[in-house]
Amino acid sequence: MLKKLSKKDYLKMYQCMLEIRRFEERAAQLYGMGHIGGFCHLYIGQEAVVVGILMTINNKDSVVTTYRDHGHMIARGLDPKKIMAELTGRTTGYSKGKGGSMHMFSKENNFFGGHGIVGAQVPIGTGIAFTLKYQKSKNICRTYIGDGAMNNGQVFESFNLASLWKLPVLYIIENNQYGMGTSVSRASAGSDLYKRGEAFHIPGEIVDGMNVFKVREAAYKAGNYVRKGNGPYILEVKTYRYRGHSMSDPAKYRSKKELDSYKTKDPIQIAHDEIIKKKVATLKDLEKINSEVISKVKDAAEYALKSPFPQEDDLYEDVYI
Amino acid sequence: MSDIEKDYFEEITYRDALRLAMHDEMNENKNVIIMGEDVAKYGGAYGATKGLLDIFGENRVIDTPISEPSIIGASVGAAMTGLKPIAELMYVDFFGMSLDQIANQAAKIRYMFGGQTSVPMVLRAQGGTGRSGGAQHSQSLESWIMHIPGLYLVMPSKPCDAYHLLRKSIQLDDPVVFLEHKMLYNSKGSLDKKNIDAEFGKASIRLEGNDITIISYSRMVNIAEEAAIELKKSNINAEVIDLRSLNPLDKENIIKSVKKNKRALVVSEGHYTSSVASEITSIIFEHCFGDLLKPVIRYTAEDTPVPVAPNLEKESIPSMENIVNFSKKLME
Repeated sequence: MLKKLSKKDYLKMYQCMLEIRRFEERAAQLYGMGHIGGFCHLYIGQEAVVVGILMTINNKDSVVTTYRDHGHMIARGLDPKKIMAELTGRTTGYSKGKGGSMHMFSKENNFFGGHGIVGAQVPIGTGIAFTLKYQKSKNICRTYIGDGAMNNGQVFESFNLASLWKLPVLYIIENNQYGMGTSVSRASAGSDLYKRGEAFHIPGEIVDGMNVFKVREAAYKAGNYVRKGNGPYILEVKTYRYRGHSMSDPAKYRSKKELDSYKTKDPIQIAHDEIIKKKVATLKDLEKINSEVISKVKDAAEYALKSPFPQEDDLYEDVYI
Repeated sequence: MSDIEKDYFEEITYRDALRLAMHDEMNENKNVIIMGEDVAKYGGAYGATKGLLDIFGENRVIDTPISEPSIIGASVGAAMTGLKPIAELMYVDFFGMSLDQIANQAAKIRYMFGGQTSVPMVLRAQGGTGRSGGAQHSQSLESWIMHIPGLYLVMPSKPCDAYHLLRKSIQLDDPVVFLEHKMLYNSKGSLDKKNIDAEFGKASIRLEGNDITIISYSRMVNIAEEAAIELKKSNINAEVIDLRSLNPLDKENIIKSVKKNKRALVVSEGHYTSSVASEITSIIFEHCFGDLLKPVIRYTAEDTPVPVAPNLEKESIPSMENIVNFSKKLME
């Protein structure tokens, strides 16, 4: 049974979504100032997805995700300092400055990466689930998939393997409705993406990804199904990213009206209003959380910028050559 | 499988040596698994995994659908989380299907994630001509793999090296691409499990000689050895170097031998252009330029797709006769 949310739970969800938002805003700023190079895919607008799912996750469960991974790291409880350090290519970052925005990883937290090739993380997550089953573990692997990857062959190969072998993998389609600049309707034939699992006898459902409480409920149900040894499940979470695909994308392929309509359903605002409506906490409590988050993110940015870059010799470390 | 108890074989096939290597590693480490197309019930398209299903069961010897990217991708995920998968790719030609998982995932993960994890998997595949397999089932694509940092690349020519290097590959903490040649499976040689001469990056001098150095690997080593015997009739003593692994590559012994003999022939079944042979030739020119009496000869497969017609297939790859001819030319 899904537990009733405690005050602590409500505030944790609110705090975590806010922390992701403020972190990403700061990342955008550092990118603009030239401290972050390369790619930088922001999670703003999608916070309810990973946070709703986080509320149902066991720390020993595994996670593997796409390149839009900063929010996933924060939700996993990882240190924003080390995440920001990675974004800025510093040696104190999670991947010692060699992975960057797209390649976050923390083995001790069973976080098996942000992956840069669309769809490639899906067989990997399936393989992690294979290990869990082989080791007779009670844990499951959560494998995130962007809507853009849903037309990539290896995703369907993975669905087939996972269903054939009844692997403990929960596939989460983060449908933010655009694969870079191409909308789902212009890229994907058929209707809802989760239905593509039907051919492999993988059950699934769609959930409103702007509402963290709904995501939590659906994720609990889905995770439970997988944890019981029934094989894979597909949860399609309908969400929206406010920013472009990456920092270099002005997002001219969509209308301001469309963007604004989603901003009226802002996931953080929804959580905020719910907390106030239910009198879980006061506006003052939430404001306090906001200031704490701002200061935490500020510290993360300062830590990152004060951290050293890798040494020249590090070029040759951690690879067989 | 009465041979699993034995430590010494006067004569064993390359295929059986591979099977025993996998058997012995699986026996010692329960995290070693095999997955691939037709590896279990069928016993492998070329029979290398025959009988292992009966011994280790279907949880460890796993038939997969024909889904190369996800066979390799799932192996990457399993390797990152504590298993030691041996993934079999039925033909190297299917690298085309799965190169992303090999080059962008398996090879990159340790580096890209700051050394937090490794990908201890072995990708076995076979390639090469000799069975009229045609353009899509006869290639030698080792240069594709050799080009990517982060991957071991092993191509043994003899059963004893196949046994020991496969075992070592399974024990390694990094991804290994282990390439067999379809015409080697039935070839025979001795195997002493206790006497481990094979090492990564240590070439084997199959024949010593003071006139010319012939450098090769995989099946072409055997053809080069035949040519060296033929050359003796003309009083030419060829030194035949079997590289055994291409990454790491035993540059030291290549250079040493070429400096001594001052004439070098590089023989490979890969194409001529942008190939392993090109790489070895460059190394020789870089390090032995002043010692060479003649320019190095790079003798490889033609830059054409591999045809089916047996005569054309044969014509497309190096022959014993031409190794002799090129060697004589170098001696002029």
